[in-house]
Amino acid sequence: MHMADALLSPAVGATLWTGTLGAIAYCTRKLRNNIDEKIIPLMGILGAFIFAAQMINFTIPGTGSSGHIGGGMLLAILLGPYAGFITIASVLIIQSLFFADGGILALGCNIWNLGIYPCFIAYPLIFKLLVKEDLSKSRITLASVMSVVTALQLGAFSVVVETLLSGRSELPFGAFTAMMLPIHLAIGLVEGFITAGVVNYVRSARPEIIKSTFDSKPLAPAVSIRKVVLTLGIAALITGGSLSWFASTHPDGLEWSVEKVHGSPELSSSETGITAMFEKIQTMTALLPDYGFRQEEGAEGTAGAKSWPAVNSGTSISGVIGSLMVLGTVLLIGLFIRSGNRSRAKG
Amino acid sequence: MSAFNPEYFNIGHLDTLSYRHTFVHDLNPVIKLIVTLVFILLVVSFPKYEIQGIVPFFMFPLFMIIAGEIPAGVIFKKLLVVSPFVLFIGIFNPMLDKEIIYRVFGVPVSGGWISYGSLIIRFILTVSSALLLIATTSFPGICLALEKLRVPKIFIVQLLFLYRYTFVLAEEVMKIIKARNMRSFGKKGKDIKSFISITGVLLVRSIERSERIYQAICSRGFDGQIRLLKDFRLRGTDILFALVTISIFIIFRKYAIADMLGGLLI
Amino acid sequence: MSHHIIDFNNVHYTYPDGTEALKGISFRITHGESVGVVGANGAGKSTMISHMNGYLMPSSGTITIGDSKLDKTTLHEARRSVGIVFQNPDDQLFMPTVFDDVAFGPLNLGLPKDKVIERVNEALTTTGCFHLKDKPPHHLSLGQKRAVTIAGVIAMHPDILVMDEPASNLDPGSRRNLIDLLLQFRHSKIIASHDLDLILDVCDRCIVIGDGRIRADGPAREILLNEELLRENNLELPLSFQKREHKNKLNSTGGNMTELEKLKHLLKHWMEHNEAHMKTYTEWAEKADGLDRKDISDILRQIVEDSNKLNGLFRKAEEII
Repeated sequence: MHMADALLSPAVGATLWTGTLGAIAYCTRKLRNNIDEKIIPLMGILGAFIFAAQMINFTIPGTGSSGHIGGGMLLAILLGPYAGFITIASVLIIQSLFFADGGILALGCNIWNLGIYPCFIAYPLIFKLLVKEDLSKSRITLASVMSVVTALQLGAFSVVVETLLSGRSELPFGAFTAMMLPIHLAIGLVEGFITAGVVNYVRSARPEIIKSTFDSKPLAPAVSIRKVVLTLGIAALITGGSLSWFASTHPDGLEWSVEKVHGSPELSSSETGITAMFEKIQTMTALLPDYGFRQEEGAEGTAGAKSWPAVNSGTSISGVIGSLMVLGTVLLIGLFIRSGNRSRAKG
Repeated sequence: MSAFNPEYFNIGHLDTLSYRHTFVHDLNPVIKLIVTLVFILLVVSFPKYEIQGIVPFFMFPLFMIIAGEIPAGVIFKKLLVVSPFVLFIGIFNPMLDKEIIYRVFGVPVSGGWISYGSLIIRFILTVSSALLLIATTSFPGICLALEKLRVPKIFIVQLLFLYRYTFVLAEEVMKIIKARNMRSFGKKGKDIKSFISITGVLLVRSIERSERIYQAICSRGFDGQIRLLKDFRLRGTDILFALVTISIFIIFRKYAIADMLGGLLI
Repeated sequence: MSHHIIDFNNVHYTYPDGTEALKGISFRITHGESVGVVGANGAGKSTMISHMNGYLMPSSGTITIGDSKLDKTTLHEARRSVGIVFQNPDDQLFMPTVFDDVAFGPLNLGLPKDKVIERVNEALTTTGCFHLKDKPPHHLSLGQKRAVTIAGVIAMHPDILVMDEPASNLDPGSRRNLIDLLLQFRHSKIIASHDLDLILDVCDRCIVIGDGRIRADGPAREILLNEELLRENNLELPLSFQKREHKNKLNSTGGNMTELEKLKHLLKHWMEHNEAHMKTYTEWAEKADGLDRKDISDILRQIVEDSNKLNGLFRKAEEII
């Protein structure tokens, strides 16, 4: 359930990036002030371990198809929230670059969805509370399953919200949620039992590792309720902020999608809503000062106030030819530079 | 947890490509990172129903593939592997948005198909530009770029460790899988129970390895800090590359250059 | 000069789980010595090595490195003066490129940038890895990895070089390169290994460890030829001697083999191989004839002829000796 660049609008991508960067900065500060040197290689190795474990496929019960684990909660349990979060973030960066999973802009969302929830919600509020001092097998199993399921549900729900806020997909809120949550409930249960199994395995093979994770301060800095509330507050602020800002530019934000399902003809007004939102983004980020240019031109070409560009076949043919010219030119430039590579290699 | 696809994990090829030397490979990694980010941001900033405006943006991946001598097949395969989620989410657009907004030689096209097409183009552009970044920049180079961009040190160190040991553990896990497959006939051995014990063994071994690594880095004077030496020069070529590409992107984002050029020809 | 001393005095070590790994180890290694440490698996070699730069601290007894007793305050100095090359290069090469990895130690010593670069280049040149400078470790062969780990340690200019199983899993060629490299170093060297031939080649002195205690300590040649002592410690004579014992039982006195004697022995060995191969070539030539491939069988017969010539040369060399 990696979020993808293509489904995102710059505003949503940037907002989640801001939240994620904040969390990374917070965690690195925490780690710097309170570090056991040993954790530095441990974090790197456990991150690599997650990839390695993902390479081992298993048969998903009842389906016959094979799957691999995500492992976010496992990292949170083994490393504690701060080190766990940094490690999950690094894993996702490698995934986005080497595995093309998600994309660079969506990375902010993915770190948020797959990192914040396991480390700062499921771990302190569910896992820790359920396990407390009791390291029995059944306790660990219960706590692992509950926390993995919760973290994944929150993550899946966030994918829905991020996609809807971005407005690239027509999927209505209700249907999308109804699709994502049950799937991720099933996934969460499987992953939860696997997480529990692995944690229990380590507990029996090397009990001191699990114990040190729970006891030692540096490995798992005690998470105070105040800080959790603070973190949650910031999280809520960012999500809520972007939500309300979306709502204000587009009052019927979520209903708009629902209407679409019923084939409501209110399309054009909602489109201007989206456009209005984009214009707002543009003034906010000031990245694209003349954003509206193409829309205005487009609007002239079509009847009504629709936001897509001019679509008479004249312009589209010229567009195709123009695009080919551009790409052809780039091709030539590239080949020219390539021959430069060659001669340089020889020289 | 998600579906298993071995191609997904084939990172060795991209990594090997990234250590070559071409005009693109030799560009300053900070510059390449920034240009790629600007590119992605501009591509996704197009409105939902835009196709014509986005198509010229293929110039960037095209340029990287040709000037960076990257086999297009590698990138294409990776794209295919990760495409299902986006394709799946997007397919609802033509199903839900049926208003006809466009006619190509008389054939009606609904808004949903246009936005779906646009989505796929965005997907190809954003994902391929990320892949091309890593295929033309060594991962340590990217980490260095991140350091230059003030990403916290401890985070960079994590990335470096992760990169290094992903290859080591991948090799280890391949051996385990081979052993498992040799001893398990048919489906047996791939059930969750044996998966858990294999993963458990791997995890304990990994933790033990991290202890040995800690011992090795201590022996070489580790004091909690990891220092990096490398430095990349910022050459005139790098700045020129950034200026030219970014301004071209912005111009193409703001004006329908392709339309105008085509119009001139017609 | 006094830095190059390492002294264990009745060192005991018990692991947290209760395993008693060292039961009173005492020895002293002085400047320029090269010492082999041998012993069965679990004898305590690796535990002992972990004590040499204070990764583990003795449960009782003292360790002196150079002039100072090893404790928390002298840890940093000990780690500078004792360089350890561990058994598995992958555990030691943790940086993303060869250059970064070799630079890691010198940077931790707080050296200025240009000095670090100088040290790295020097260490890479010594170990013959300069051309690998910009490669990531996962693009290297095991032999190259091992050489780079050695470069990483010698770049710190240690007074004493300690190695744990430096030749394990190396192919014969890489192993030979490693031995040549080790012979160049004028540091004090401590090499723990099961490869007794390597120790014989590189070390003057040998310490045998068994069950956490020192079983023997003396000149390498004497110890490594003491069959009884070796057998008691789950070890065997070095391979090069086993063959000699076996082939020339009559004139063997077990002791000093000159280079020429070694060569003579090798020549015999090569001849035997060559003869065995010739038989195989002939067999296959016949098979090729059976398949009506005279073109192949002709080449093979040519090879047999040439091999025969080669054997003549071997015999000639042997006679001259």
